[in-house]
Formats: sequence, C-alpha cells, structure tokens
Amino acid sequence: MSVRVRVPTPLRKFTNGADEVAAQGGNVKALVDDLEKTYPGIKDRICDETGKVRRFVNVYVNGDDIRFLQNLETALKEGDNISIVPAIAGGH
Amino acid sequence: MSIRLTTDQIERYSRQIMVPDLGGKAQIRLRQSRVLVIGAGGLGSPAAFYLAAAGIGTLGIVDPDKVELSNLQRQILHATADIGRQKVESAKAKLNNLNPDTEVKTYPVRFDADNAAAMAADYNFIVDGSDNFDTKFLVNDVAIQLGIAFSHAGIVRLQGQTMTVLPGKSACYRCLFDGPPPPEEILNCQQSGILGAVAGTLGTIQATEAVKYLAGFEEGLLTDRLLTYDAKSGAAKAADSISSVPA
Repeated sequence: MSVRVRVPTPLRKFTNGADEVAAQGGNVKALVDDLEKTYPGIKDRICDETGKVRRFVNVYVNGDDIRFLQNLETALKEGDNISIVPAIAGGH
Repeated sequence: MSIRLTTDQIERYSRQIMVPDLGGKAQIRLRQSRVLVIGAGGLGSPAAFYLAAAGIGTLGIVDPDKVELSNLQRQILHATADIGRQKVESAKAKLNNLNPDTEVKTYPVRFDADNAAAMAADYNFIVDGSDNFDTKFLVNDVAIQLGIAFSHAGIVRLQGQTMTVLPGKSACYRCLFDGPPPPEEILNCQQSGILGAVAGTLGTIQATEAVKYLAGFEEGLLTDRLLTYDAKSGAAKAADSISSVPA
C-alpha cells in the first residue's frame, strides 16, 4: 500500500528537494524503513540509535500525533497522509 | 477604572470594531492589554506592527541586536537609515509613528534565565519571535510558571510552524518537543535563509492569535495543534493535533 509523506525542510536534502514523497509500509516503523531504502540517511534523522522517534521530531498520521496512537506501531492504510515535523527555531 | 474610547480612537479602530466578533468591548480590552514581543526580527516585526495597529495598550519589545543590512529583507520594522541602530529603538520609533496610543517599552537585552520572569510578569501575552531553541524553551517555561498565554513560532527557508499555549489549559511547547535538535542539525535563518513574506505570514498569525486571546475569544485559538505552513508546496496548511495534555 502507498501513503503520502510530507517532508520538512531539514530533511529535503535526502529527497532531492521533494516536499512530498510516496512510500510503503503497513505501519510507521515499516514506512520509515521504506523511506530509508529509497532515501538513505533519512532514518537517522527521524529515529535515534534505539529506534525511537527522536525527541525533537513528531510524526503525524492524518493529523494525529503517533505518540498518542501506537507510536511506531501505528497501522497505516492506503492513502494515509503522513507528516514528519521537526522543531524549527528560526525567527529573526 | 472604566476606559472609554475617544472619537479619534473609534474612527481609528472602526474597521475592526465593526467586526461582529470584536466590537467596542474587545477594543477596550485590547487597549488594556500588555503584550511582550521577544525579538524585533522576522516574526516580531510584523507581529508588533499589527499589534500596535490594533490598539494594544502596551507593547514590550526585547532584542539585544542592532539593525544590519541583511535584516531589511524581512524585518519590516527597520529601514535603511536604521542600520547600526538598536533594534528596539528603531522598532519603538516606527510603532509610535504608527499609533501614539500604544506605549512601547524597550528592552535592549537578550531574554535569558536571569531576566525572563521579571520581564514577562508585567504582560498578559507573549509573542515568541526568538531565533533559537534555548529562548523558545525558556519562553515556554517562564510563561507556564507565570501562567501567561503565548504564541510560539519558528521559521526557516519557505516553511514555518506556530502554536498557541494557554498554561494549564492546553499543550505546551515541551508537550510538542521534548528538547532541541543537536546543534549540527539546526537550520536557522542566518545559515539556511528565509523568505521575508513567510516570516511575515507566521508573525501575522501570531499577532492574530494575540488579538483573539486578548479580545476574549474562548474558542478557535491554535491550541493543542501545530499549524505548519509550507510556501513551497503551494501554501498548503495543516493543523496537526498535539495532545490534550495540559501544560
């Protein structure tokens, strides 16, 4: 199944500048692994060395924070919209 | 003490007084309000401009920096003739010129752990227009400690994000992000760039949130959700839910 992933500015260097990509996966963990296959290096920017989502990154499935769903085990279905949202500091 | 609007003030604010959700009572509430704007830069400039225009009674402007040529593409409070001037002084001059009703207090210092609580305690709302994670987390922590509502925002390149926090009632910035990224992964405007109009969009949303909160809107604030704006993908906006965990 295919889902759409919104890619934030800091991670677009891995997606050749694309702000949205298609990826596969039955849950968020599988999705991140699929992204890593296509865009090597991106997983390290989403997950830490223990495999958990990094503390300054949030992942949303259809607008809902996966921390309040089943985290990386959150199931995905065809057509879901995934957002990866890291903290952004700029202001000046 | 009751406050009445003068004839000139009624004329000045007439276009927002006639908005059904606002009206004269909201205008008086804005007149009695005090907003602290942290940073007179890309976010703080449009936010402060619109807040002064809207008739906020007192604006505090915090910024330790001087105006540089590279600021002028987005920091619309400052002009070419201001290069080298303290940003807070440049800001005060523009805001006084726009609206003499608004008292502008200036703080030409960095908002830090030593001065934050004393400075913030005098205000009803904080607009965080800072440009670094240390200050953004500090604003969150001080606002929660003092029970002051605030608007958070961050911008880089063609993208921005913003949320509003009502201490004790809605999710806070630390509910959203536990901590900052490591220094090597941080993109800031100085190193990564920012389109001025994107800063303006986010700063203007922050001013709107401040006005809504101070005017007494109880619903519709950007609480418990993060609004992200990506100009590159055709001005797509999304409000992602954060949580229902009160700060």
